[in-house]
Amino acid sequence: MVNIQMTGAQMVLKAFEDHQVDTIFGYPGGAVLPIYDELAKERDTNQPIRHYLVRHEQGASHSAEGYARSSGKVGVMLVTSGPGVTNAVTGLTDAMMDSIPIVCISGQVPTHLIGTDAFQECDAVGITRPCTKHNWLVKDINDLSRILHEAFYVASSGRPGPVLVDIPKDIQFQTGTYIGPETVKHKSYRPKLKANIDQIDDALKLIADAEKPIFYTGGGVINSGNAAVQLLREFVRLTGFPITSTLQGLGAYPGDDSQFIGMLGMHGTYEANMAMNECDLMINIGARFDDRITGKIDEFSPNSKKIHIDIDPSSINKIVKVDVPLIGDVAHVLEDSIKLWKSKVYKINKSPLKEWWKTIDKWKEKDSLKYVSDKNIIKPQYAIQRLYELTKDKDVFVTTEVGQHQMWAAQYYKFNKPNRWITSGGLGTMGFGLPAAIGAQVAHPDKLVIDIAGEASILMCIQEMSTAIQHKLPVKIFIINNQYMGMVRQWQELLHDKRYSHSYTDALPDFVKLAEAYGAKGIRVQKPNELNKAINEMIEYDGPVIFDCVVEQNENVFPMIPSGKAHNEMLLGDETVKEEISDEGKVLV
Amino acid sequence: MSEIVSKHTVSVLVDNEPGVLARVIGLISGRGYNIDSLTVAEVDAEKHISRITIVAPGTEQTVNKMISQLQRIVPVKRAANVTFEKQGIEREMALVKIVSTGEKRLESMRLSDVFRARVIDTTHDSFVFELNGSPRKIDAFIDLMKPLGLSEVSRTGVVAIARGTEKM
Repeated sequence: MVNIQMTGAQMVLKAFEDHQVDTIFGYPGGAVLPIYDELAKERDTNQPIRHYLVRHEQGASHSAEGYARSSGKVGVMLVTSGPGVTNAVTGLTDAMMDSIPIVCISGQVPTHLIGTDAFQECDAVGITRPCTKHNWLVKDINDLSRILHEAFYVASSGRPGPVLVDIPKDIQFQTGTYIGPETVKHKSYRPKLKANIDQIDDALKLIADAEKPIFYTGGGVINSGNAAVQLLREFVRLTGFPITSTLQGLGAYPGDDSQFIGMLGMHGTYEANMAMNECDLMINIGARFDDRITGKIDEFSPNSKKIHIDIDPSSINKIVKVDVPLIGDVAHVLEDSIKLWKSKVYKINKSPLKEWWKTIDKWKEKDSLKYVSDKNIIKPQYAIQRLYELTKDKDVFVTTEVGQHQMWAAQYYKFNKPNRWITSGGLGTMGFGLPAAIGAQVAHPDKLVIDIAGEASILMCIQEMSTAIQHKLPVKIFIINNQYMGMVRQWQELLHDKRYSHSYTDALPDFVKLAEAYGAKGIRVQKPNELNKAINEMIEYDGPVIFDCVVEQNENVFPMIPSGKAHNEMLLGDETVKEEISDEGKVLV
Repeated sequence: MSEIVSKHTVSVLVDNEPGVLARVIGLISGRGYNIDSLTVAEVDAEKHISRITIVAPGTEQTVNKMISQLQRIVPVKRAANVTFEKQGIEREMALVKIVSTGEKRLESMRLSDVFRARVIDTTHDSFVFELNGSPRKIDAFIDLMKPLGLSEVSRTGVVAIARGTEKM
C-alpha cells in the first residue's frame, strides 16, 4: 500500500501512472500551471507522460474520445479553469451520449476565490453535471487521490462515460497523503455484470422458437471489449440468424459477412429495416432503441418479442417495452448464453429460418444502396467506395464528421474489426472527426487513420491541423466537398420546398492552400477517373493530407426513413420522394 | 400503461455527498419533469445515506422514465415509486397560522381538535397549529381554516415509506 506525502499536482501525475495513463490531451492555463509544471519536471524521466498540445479544448476532448474509442482505454484530458472547461463541454457531452470513458482534469481558481467571479472562474461542476457521468470538486487535498481513483473507476466501469475532476489551484500546491488505487473502492457504484441465468434461459427459449429472428447490435458490444465481439460472432454463427447493427456498432460483426444485412435505421439498408419491421424475435445486444433506429415508435417492429441485453438498467423499457431484459455486460451475458445453449442442447427452428432468409434475400434484391453513377462528376458514394477498395487491405481507422458524408461512410465503407469506426452518433458533433482522428493516430502511430469529412464540418475544428503537424501525426482528411451542409440541404429539399436557407457555403477556403499553410499536403480531385491515383498518393504520403474531393452537389442520402415514419415507409431514391411529410413529422429532427 | 396524469411519490436513496441534491433536481428539471414537493434528510448517519422524497405529477410511464434516469446518477443507490396507491404510506407536517378573534377563533380551535392538530404558539389574536397526516388531510384542514382567519402555511412536503415488511 502506498501512502506518500506529495503535492496535489504530483498526485495527479501519480494517479495517471497508477492507472497506466501514458497519453493525455490538453491545453495549459493559469489554473493548471502547477500540474503543467510537474509535466515539465517529469519530461526527463524514463517514461514521461506524452502530452499532446491541442489548439482548442474541444479538440482535446474529441482527441481523448478518438484515443479511447480506438484503443479501448480511458481517454484523459487536462484543461484550465473557465473557458478551458466550457470549451470542453461539447466533447464531454459527446462522450456522454456515445458512452465513451473520458477523465477530464480541470483547474479551478483557488478555493478562497470560488464564488467571487474571479478571473477565469466558472462553476465547472455545475456546468458539466448534466454532461458527465459524474464529477467532483476537490476541496481537501486529502480527498484528491481517492477522487482520482474513483474517477477512473466510474469512467470505465458499467456503461462508460466522461467524468470531470475540478481541482482548485491551491489544492494543486498543497501537500497531503496519496493513497494508492488498490485501497479505494467506490461507496456504492457497482454495476451488475452478470445477468440472471433464468432470464437468459427464457431468452434462449425464444431464440430456439423464433421463426423470423434478427440480431440488432450496438456500441455496447464494442464497449464491452474484444471478448464480447468474439462471443457475438460465435453466437450469431451458431444460430445462423441475420444480424444488423446500429451506426455505433459497426465492426463488431464483419461488414462483409453473409449474415450481416447492413446498418439499420434512418439511413440503413432496406433489408435491415424491413427485417426489423417484420421479425418475430428481436435480440438487442448493447443498443438503446435510439430514435434514429426506431422511426415512428408506435409502429416499431409491431409483431416481435424483444430481448434486450444492456449494462445500463435505465435503458431497459426506456423507449420500447421488452419481453426479456438481460441486465449485464455483453461479454458476460453472451458467454453464459452460449454455455447454456450448448448444455441444454437447444436447436434453432431451421425450416422457418430458411424461409425468413428467402424473404430477406428478396428485400436485398432492391439493392437499396445503388446510386446513379456519372462519368464526369464524382458521386460521393463512389468516392467512398473507391477509398474503401483502395484501403481495405490495410488495418484502417476511420473517423467522420457529421452529416451526409458520415452516412455514406457508414453505408459504403465496411468494417471487419471493432474500434476501427469512430463517429459521433448520439450528439452528432460537427468538428468531431479531425481531433478524433488525431486521438486514434496517437493510439496507433503506425496505422492509417482517415477522417472522412464534409467541407462544412471540417472547418469547425480545422485548427487541430496545427496539432497534427506539431506532433507528426499523419492523419488523412478526406473531404466530400459539395459546398453545402449536405444533410441540412437534403432536409430543406424534402421538408421545406427546396428553400436552401443558409446551408450553402459561399466562401470556402482553398483546401489545398489551407493544407499547405499548415505544412501539410493538399490534393484536389474533380474527375472520377483521377480518384484512384490521388487516393493512393494520399495513402503513400508520410504526413497529414487534406484531400479535397469535389463531388456532385445535389446528391441525397438514401434509403431514408423520413421523420415520423415507420421502418416499412422508407424512401429508396430520388424518384420516390413525392409523398408529403406530415406536420407531425416535420417537428422531429 | 396508464396515460392518466396523477401525483406520484418517488423515494430516492443517495450517498450524502456534496451536490447530490443538485444532481437529482437538475436531472428532473433538465428532462422536463415538474416537482410538487421535495424533502431530503440524512437517514443513516453512519453510512451517510440520505433519503429524498419527490412528489411529481405525470403518467405512470413518464414517472417510470424519471426513475430510470435517476438510477443512472452515480451516487443514487435506489429509486422507487412509493405512491399511496402502490402500498406506500405518506405523511406530511404543516404549521398553520390563524389570525382571528371571537367566534372564528373558537371555531378554529374546535376544528383543530377534530384534526388532532396541536397548538404550538398562541397570542390573543392568533394560533399556530401543528398538524400531521396525509397531504389530503392537510389540504382539507387548510380549506376549512380559510374563512376562519388563515394567515400563513408552512408545509414540509411528503415523506413516504412502503407498508409491511418490504424494504427499499
